[in-house]
Amino acid sequence: MNLHEFQAKALLSEYGVPIPKGIIANSAEEAQKAALNIGGGSWIVKAQIHAGGRGKAGGIKRENSPADVAAAANHLIGSRLVTYQTGAAGKRVNQVYIEAACEISQEIYLAVLVDRSTARIAFLGSPTGGEDIEEKAADDPDRIHKLVVEDFEHLDHQALTGFISGLGLDGANTQQAVSTAQALFKAFKDCDASLIEINPLVVTSAGELLAVDVKMILDDNALFRHQELEKYRDEEEEDPAELEAKRYELNFVSLDGNVGCVVNGAGLALATLDLLKDNGVEPANFMDIRPVATREQVATGFEMVLAAPGIKAVLVNIYGGGILRCDTIAEGIALAARRKGVTVPLIVRAAGTNMELCQKVLTSQGIPAQFARDITQAVEMVIAATSQEAA
Amino acid sequence: MAILVDSNSRIICQGLTGDTATFHCEKAIAYGSNIVGGVRPGKGGSIHLGLPVFDTVEEAKTTTGADVSLVFVPPQNAADAIIEAIEAKIPLIVCVTERVPVLDMVRVKKALEGTPSRLIGPNSLGIITPEQCKIGVMPTHRHFAGPIGVVSRSASLTYEAIDQLYTVRLGQSTSIGIGGDAVHGIGFVDCLELFLADPQTEGVLLIGEIGGTAEEETAEFLKRSIIKKPIAAYIAGKYAPTDRRMGHAGTINVFGKGSVKEKNEALASAGVHIASSAAVIGTTMRQALGR
Repeated sequence: MNLHEFQAKALLSEYGVPIPKGIIANSAEEAQKAALNIGGGSWIVKAQIHAGGRGKAGGIKRENSPADVAAAANHLIGSRLVTYQTGAAGKRVNQVYIEAACEISQEIYLAVLVDRSTARIAFLGSPTGGEDIEEKAADDPDRIHKLVVEDFEHLDHQALTGFISGLGLDGANTQQAVSTAQALFKAFKDCDASLIEINPLVVTSAGELLAVDVKMILDDNALFRHQELEKYRDEEEEDPAELEAKRYELNFVSLDGNVGCVVNGAGLALATLDLLKDNGVEPANFMDIRPVATREQVATGFEMVLAAPGIKAVLVNIYGGGILRCDTIAEGIALAARRKGVTVPLIVRAAGTNMELCQKVLTSQGIPAQFARDITQAVEMVIAATSQEAA
Repeated sequence: MAILVDSNSRIICQGLTGDTATFHCEKAIAYGSNIVGGVRPGKGGSIHLGLPVFDTVEEAKTTTGADVSLVFVPPQNAADAIIEAIEAKIPLIVCVTERVPVLDMVRVKKALEGTPSRLIGPNSLGIITPEQCKIGVMPTHRHFAGPIGVVSRSASLTYEAIDQLYTVRLGQSTSIGIGGDAVHGIGFVDCLELFLADPQTEGVLLIGEIGGTAEEETAEFLKRSIIKKPIAAYIAGKYAPTDRRMGHAGTINVFGKGSVKEKNEALASAGVHIASSAAVIGTTMRQALGR
């Protein structure tokens, strides 16, 4: 689960991470009031969406009067922000965070994550922070310093100080950054985070250390033990179809193309996406059926696949295994087809447990479908179906 | 020969009495797997599927001589179940549970260090040595004994790969799902070491995904390895949406590392035959063997 910047900052400040003064606003009036309450002569207006790259997309504005803060808020709220992480449709801005602007004399990067190669919690840090850190890191991996935390229970002070000392801060700021890193580590473990990233962590011209932007992701698998964090969930940030699907033991991903896809399993979904796109076919969505899904759940999911705008064909590529049976999926599809009708070509490739029943179920219920013997033939059928449609 | 498990493996199941565990253990027994008991705290002394149920792994191991534990415990308790098996010195622990919190796995990995136990999973389809024993959830109708070792990060893609190996008439020595989570037990390199040393295994098929650097580390290992065998690989996720989760948790990345292109290049530089799409996994493996 992603947190908004303002949520992450509120949470981390409870742990002692220094943050600029800020107030969340739902309207231009609230934004103006926020600026007055914060005080000072300069403010940053920041669009609150779950995506990076906001600055370059115009989602972060510096303003020098409360009236200009209100105008910027008015412009951002209700607009759709398109960043390199949002896809072409962008994300709707519902709230802006108003923050006291600060004069920056130095910017660094600091993050905590689970380092998969060592199976440990690790810190990443860089003496250069800022928006294009990813490109800089790609050009020069040595810019990124890493501290692997050997003992989950205990963060070694000496090792941490050594690591922070490598980030190019002066003495007093190094001490502050060590405390900040300790706070991050505690918050990371307490909240079952999978990533906390401060970028940039700045030193102001007044010599103060501040977390100017924060990204925090929680481990979805651990939310069962964090009722207290549920309040941070923002369902408006999630794709409505993807949200709906979760209630039915389905993973649903909306994409921009015109072929609906039903698969089982994460790897098969990725492989099917690759195969389709390599052949010039653009998927509209992917419905990944979890093994525990029932006939009714599959039916609901299939209706969602069909509901995608501009859909021209549907590909079902399933490999029954574990407790997932092909006939359960076929019955779900048949149920949805009877309820809603299928007006586009339906291509079915079913293998594995009870594969022979899949064709039997669909055929006996009069559902028109083309049956492929393997993944290659299935893709050929999809190409034929979508190009006929275009002609 | 095969690796890790065979018809002599003595298997217990932690969580045996649950519905899903019952379903899969019945199938495994029918396949010939030597399941000798189960563990379910509070149900010790009862009988399930005709097998003795114990309160603890320690007790189960002492009584049955088990050397493999299949963990079918819900995600909330999976890490503790694995750690119990580690403490009981079970040599091979196979965890199929999905959605285990990643920090729990950090704890498990620490507990594994310096012990004789190996962990497969979590979020794994399990392990199968065809015609001898299956420990996990995989369908078995396309598996037969043969020369290929399979190691995979994805269950559904393994089924696809096994189907294609069947079509090109290549059976398996052993097939292992290492699981799709970011932090997991044994990996590609551990499995490759065993497959390269196994006389039955003539070639190895790797099924990878975007995310992490396991494939890159595998390439480095293969370059150093003195034993050479034909190896084929398919890596999924060329077009996976950026910064969105499509698929396993392990496919998410910080700093955009671990693309399919980088992984394929690294593996190809180590002499691995790369399947250009999921449709040609079987034929690529056959070509790698020179058949």
